[in-house]
Amino acid sequence: MNLKEVLEKYTPVIGLEIHAQLNTKSKAYSTDVNEFGSVPNTNVSPTSLGHPGTLPVFNSATLEYAVRLGLACKSNITKEMHFDRKNYFYADMPKGYQITQDKTPICTGGEILIKGDNGKERSIELTRIHMEEDSGKSIHDMDPFDTLIDLNRAGVPLVEIVTEPVLKSAKEAYNYLTEVRKLVRYLGICDGNMEEGSMRCDVNISIMSKDATEFGQRVEIKNMNSMRNVAKAIEFEIVRHAELIAKGEKIEQETRNFDASTNSTIGMRKKEDAHDYRYFPEPDLTKLVVTNEYIEQIKNSMPPLPNDLFKKYVNKFNLSEYDAYNLTDDKGIALYFEELITNTKNYKSAANWMMGSIKSYLNQNALTIESFPIKASTIASLITIIDDGAINNSVATQKIFPVLIENPNLAPLEIAKENNWIIQNDSNELEAVITAIFKANPEETERFKNGDKKLTGFFMGKIMKETKGAANPKTTAQLINKVINNI
Amino acid sequence: MKNYTSFKSIKEDIAKGEISCEALTHGYIQNIKNSKTNSFLEIFETTALEQAKLIDVKITNKTAGKLAGMVIGIKDNICYKGHKVSGASKILEGFESIYSATVVEKLLAEDAIIIGRLNCDEFAMGGSNENSAYGNVLNPLDNTKVPGGSSGGSAAAVKEGLCIAALGSDTGGSIRQPASFCGLVGYKPTYGRVSRYGLLAYASSFDQIGPLTHNVEDAALITEVIAGIDAYDSTSSSEEVENYSQKLDNLQGEKLKIAYLTDCFSSDGLDTEIKTKTLAVIEGLKEKGHTVEGVDFPLLDYVVPNYYILTTAEASSNLSRYDGARYGYRSPKAVDLESTYKFSRTEGFGIEVKRRIMIGTFVLSAGYYDAYYTKGLKVRNIIKTKTEEIFKNYDFIILPTTPTTAFDIDGIKDPIAMYLQDIFTVHANLAGIPAISLPLGHHSNGMPFGVQIMAKSFDDAQLLAFSNEMLKRD
Repeated sequence: MNLKEVLEKYTPVIGLEIHAQLNTKSKAYSTDVNEFGSVPNTNVSPTSLGHPGTLPVFNSATLEYAVRLGLACKSNITKEMHFDRKNYFYADMPKGYQITQDKTPICTGGEILIKGDNGKERSIELTRIHMEEDSGKSIHDMDPFDTLIDLNRAGVPLVEIVTEPVLKSAKEAYNYLTEVRKLVRYLGICDGNMEEGSMRCDVNISIMSKDATEFGQRVEIKNMNSMRNVAKAIEFEIVRHAELIAKGEKIEQETRNFDASTNSTIGMRKKEDAHDYRYFPEPDLTKLVVTNEYIEQIKNSMPPLPNDLFKKYVNKFNLSEYDAYNLTDDKGIALYFEELITNTKNYKSAANWMMGSIKSYLNQNALTIESFPIKASTIASLITIIDDGAINNSVATQKIFPVLIENPNLAPLEIAKENNWIIQNDSNELEAVITAIFKANPEETERFKNGDKKLTGFFMGKIMKETKGAANPKTTAQLINKVINNI
Repeated sequence: MKNYTSFKSIKEDIAKGEISCEALTHGYIQNIKNSKTNSFLEIFETTALEQAKLIDVKITNKTAGKLAGMVIGIKDNICYKGHKVSGASKILEGFESIYSATVVEKLLAEDAIIIGRLNCDEFAMGGSNENSAYGNVLNPLDNTKVPGGSSGGSAAAVKEGLCIAALGSDTGGSIRQPASFCGLVGYKPTYGRVSRYGLLAYASSFDQIGPLTHNVEDAALITEVIAGIDAYDSTSSSEEVENYSQKLDNLQGEKLKIAYLTDCFSSDGLDTEIKTKTLAVIEGLKEKGHTVEGVDFPLLDYVVPNYYILTTAEASSNLSRYDGARYGYRSPKAVDLESTYKFSRTEGFGIEVKRRIMIGTFVLSAGYYDAYYTKGLKVRNIIKTKTEEIFKNYDFIILPTTPTTAFDIDGIKDPIAMYLQDIFTVHANLAGIPAISLPLGHHSNGMPFGVQIMAKSFDDAQLLAFSNEMLKRD
């Protein structure tokens, strides 16, 4: 069976659980540094190591980050909550339990807007967002005989974002992940890097026949380290389910692992082997209370969000959806653009600069906007002098822009003046230039005066050469006629 | 060396130049070496003597802290940097702590001398010190009897004169019961009063560190040093710590209202002589002009089951970290992760600890959770509320510490019978309130027994002051 055939008969039902590592300075329950890429087992205090007698102390930055996310997703923020212990053994989990939130997640409900399969905006409802701690890392491929454990990651704060089972395709799941990644980056709470594991995703999936009213048997898929692999795993699983149904076989409730080398999933753990996590309230931590004042305070310090900016650009600035999408796709680009438009009201031109000269410069040099040398205010003044008619667009993009790249502290107008790139609106000066050119070319002047209008181009070219292109073409045309009539 | 029974007399002798900290420490080390009670698991000889010499200099320079000259032992579930700590369990065999408990830091800051670690029931689970992986502790008053537990080593050592005071931990009576069996003052402060950072957790919402001493004054002094809020323990209280030792006469002449729990005195297991003698103490209080009234506490039958459901649940999780993977004992039979867990834990834990891990795992497991754990939390809340109601009308509650005096080694074999020994002590831990056992009872069988006083949360200063009055009367 191929995917297309399956989708004619069945509707996939997909829910995602995303774990996003919060980039707080220290860990969730200790003062250890939260840093990716440190030398293994160096960001570890007795608490991270789970040594006897150690106790967790909650890092309030975790709460702040989680509330930021909850507000961005329009979730309900829980006012009084506690932490729970999730008990299971694993070598990289030093306490034998993970501190998480089971009964009282920090956020319930909420939504994330994505582009649906029909191209229209769709709201993906969230079930909950809760705070928890990461485990350490087991490294299986570094030593030929032993598994090595790095506990630097143990205790790093995470939020788990759980959707309702409302996604309908691999594409939607992909788009959802894109939006979540964009959101956490905008919020500055997570770098959203799936390859490095700072954002991880588990998929819950089942399929149901188009006329069915009940969900099919669901399975969970883990171990996908990119958004593409999430999409691939979903597509594989949809077909696998349909084939099992076609053969009259049962779909088992189980956890499966995605294998990127074969783009397929492999059964890992059946339902009867599932852990009983024996959640119970963490007695080492006190209740957490979130006040309305606290929520207000965070509301007031929220950064701009991609969806709000997108709507502003389309509805208020009359930019195309395409432009708006590209401008908001990356937080850095959006912030640069926001700064740009505080200094110019020519939104269309500002967008063109972003998507044109600036983006191609960044692409060519493999840079991000954060390392772009020219200040937004400088680009804005460049747009302003074009709009004022002082320079033309091609001078701006082809001549001034390269100079600014090398000398970002220069003012565009000064560069234009110094190089005589200012469009000359001074009629007297231009008249003098034209008169001189007529004098220097008596034969052509004579023919032109006698009505050979084909020579207009000849004179235009001479004038532009003389003024280095700074003459305003319209004014020049008028002046040519005026001067020739006076000869 | 003299047999000291108060820190005050030690301080006086030091002041008079009759003894130095170094000599005192040497003396105690000698006593420990001569002892047959198996109270100490290890003497911290080098560090204790170094500390003693240092403090002698400080005393000369008049810069010594308020515990200068106090030679103290710590229960083997309290961490001291660079020293072994095992919870009297094989599973922590050879383990050395890389940090110090907050109480240890505080004792050292006031120039106490920590002389060694004291035997106890494995991970503080037990009431007779028969659950130690390193052997029983003998009651110094009668070597055929248990010293009580779980802080059995702490009680025996102080009573025998192996140190002037000891720290224990009390989850359900583990300080008060051995104090009762050995004739000492055993004090469990209010939950949250003393930081638990560095205490090997048994049941986190019950555990509390406290002193075992000869008298209330020493208990008050040690408690005021080790109490207080701690950034490393979120459950430690920000309530101000009073100078308990300066307030011991605060209740002098005060007429107080004291409740005694009638249900305790009609409890089946209560030794008749302990009953009559405790009632006589109550009569004595009345004679002094206090109001003492019987109050019904029909929840008494539920305290022991409630305690064992909730503490084992927490313990099953708290003891998960001892898995043979990172530190402590690893079974030689371990070949992969699962066998590391299985064999290390099977061989490393003793039978009582395993029993409690299994009970706790059971009460938290899917399908049984609500019937046991959730219900247990509700019952605990009812017990708390009922207790608070009593304290609306009364300053203190008086009751026996233990239903019997120290029993024979191997005398109680049924674990349930052993659990029921805790009937009078678990109440304070369930309610989180402070409680003290005072050595007021002398049984005709020759053994001592304690009278227990409980107060409302953070009334530690009042409780100590009242205890001081009680002991003075005796």
